[in-house]
Amino acid sequence: MTLLDLSGVSFGYTKTKPVLHGIDLTVTAGDNLGIVGESGSGKTTLLKLLIGLERVSTGAIAFRGNPLDTSDRAFMRGFRRSVQAVFQDPYSSLDPRQRVFDIIAEPLRSLKVDTDIAAAVMQALKDVDLPADAAVRYPHEFSGGQRQRIAIARAIVAKPDLIIADEVVSALDLTTRTRIIDLLRTLSERMTFIVVSHDIALVALLCERLVVLEKGRIVEQGATREILARPKHSYTQKLLASTPRMPGG
Amino acid sequence: MSALLSVENLDIRAAGRTLVSGVSFSIGAGERVGLIGESGSGKSLTALAVLGLLPDTMRVGGSIRLDGHQVIGARDRDLVPLRGVSIAAVFQEPITALDPLMRIGDQVGEVVRRRALRDGERPGKAEVRRRVLALLDRVALPEPERIARAYPHGVSGGQRQRAAIAMALACRPKLLIADEPTTALDVTTQAEVLKLLEGLVRDEGMGLLFISHDLPVVATIAERALVMRHGELIEAGLVGPLFQHPAHPYTQGLVAAARAFDKALETTL
Repeated sequence: MTLLDLSGVSFGYTKTKPVLHGIDLTVTAGDNLGIVGESGSGKTTLLKLLIGLERVSTGAIAFRGNPLDTSDRAFMRGFRRSVQAVFQDPYSSLDPRQRVFDIIAEPLRSLKVDTDIAAAVMQALKDVDLPADAAVRYPHEFSGGQRQRIAIARAIVAKPDLIIADEVVSALDLTTRTRIIDLLRTLSERMTFIVVSHDIALVALLCERLVVLEKGRIVEQGATREILARPKHSYTQKLLASTPRMPGG
Repeated sequence: MSALLSVENLDIRAAGRTLVSGVSFSIGAGERVGLIGESGSGKSLTALAVLGLLPDTMRVGGSIRLDGHQVIGARDRDLVPLRGVSIAAVFQEPITALDPLMRIGDQVGEVVRRRALRDGERPGKAEVRRRVLALLDRVALPEPERIARAYPHGVSGGQRQRAAIAMALACRPKLLIADEPTTALDVTTQAEVLKLLEGLVRDEGMGLLFISHDLPVVATIAERALVMRHGELIEAGLVGPLFQHPAHPYTQGLVAAARAFDKALETTL
């Protein structure tokens, strides 16, 4: 089933300088999609379009076959429940004045989801391997990795179909990073992920499909395994060659 | 020959807590050493201690001998002559390391002028400018004239880090401390900066203390590596054997995690 479909999408913050050019891509339920590119490649802008924070200049985005119309409030409420996001910095994405319970309950309340809020929050905490007593504590009491778990709990509490993860592990240490990746892998059995990152190894670990962005254009897309085994575009080849490896494999 | 840097039993304490304890290592002239650790392991504190830049609120014990001088307990005015000549540093975030209100050429020029004064020279404006452009060219910055005129915000992150490296090079230090110098950069830029740094350190015969949490990055630039955890040095050795047969369980975990990322990229159809 097609979740998101972009055809001929272009976007610019100003009329004269487009940031994205002619983006065609499809997100299918069950197939995690990785979007790889370096700073300035347009990956954050693409992400904003995907979560409905910006409107396309030309082209169209469809969600489950319906046009993504950011002015249609009823449609957007359903869209927001289906599509959630997790961001890079777990220190700035959590409100320091709210208890973890209220942080995680926020999507349920703002989207007016008809469910037992307390039970849903507890289940979300359990899903991300945080203890139940975390609910009454504040974000500053947690480590970076635990905060990222709280942000993930908030994203999954409304049972979305799609989660957009923007550089979710880049601020974390290597060992913590590995644990969060394991968690995302477990969760991706239940929902689809779009993983945006400059780290091609992370995307390789999580995503079946891969899109490589350079200067606002898709230069290569397809099955991750195929692209890694036989990168066609020179930029993809350069990205792979630049990724430092351990000596003596 | 005695070591360029010799750290013995370094202890750092603040507010009754031990942050670094019993750390000993040495770096010889021209040797490239990696210092590996995760956040809170004490690796950056160790680097600051070597530079004599720890805040006064921290209590430091042990011995740090840099180029024949004791750093611990030394007065700041006795350390000033060492900085630049014996030691220089490049930090993670070039946007905060550079003065936003000063043109890049002027910032590098200031270092060039100060270093020349130490050698008893008084280069004129044209000579300073010539040396600045040579340095910017040395760190492979394109169009050195344009970069010299630019302010830090006007160039890319990789170019800023190259400018910071040019400033460290202008000092011609015997030991260069690089604290996560490529962490804020894109992978392709990181590869270029690492290659540049390695070549420069090798050509100039500088010692290098390269601090990073990224094992493959350390492997590309260092001959020897130290692993820190919770303020203690838990393992040290040549990079090859260390990453091939890590002895400490923590190092084994780090190596396994790094290899898992490598493996993800080595897909064969």
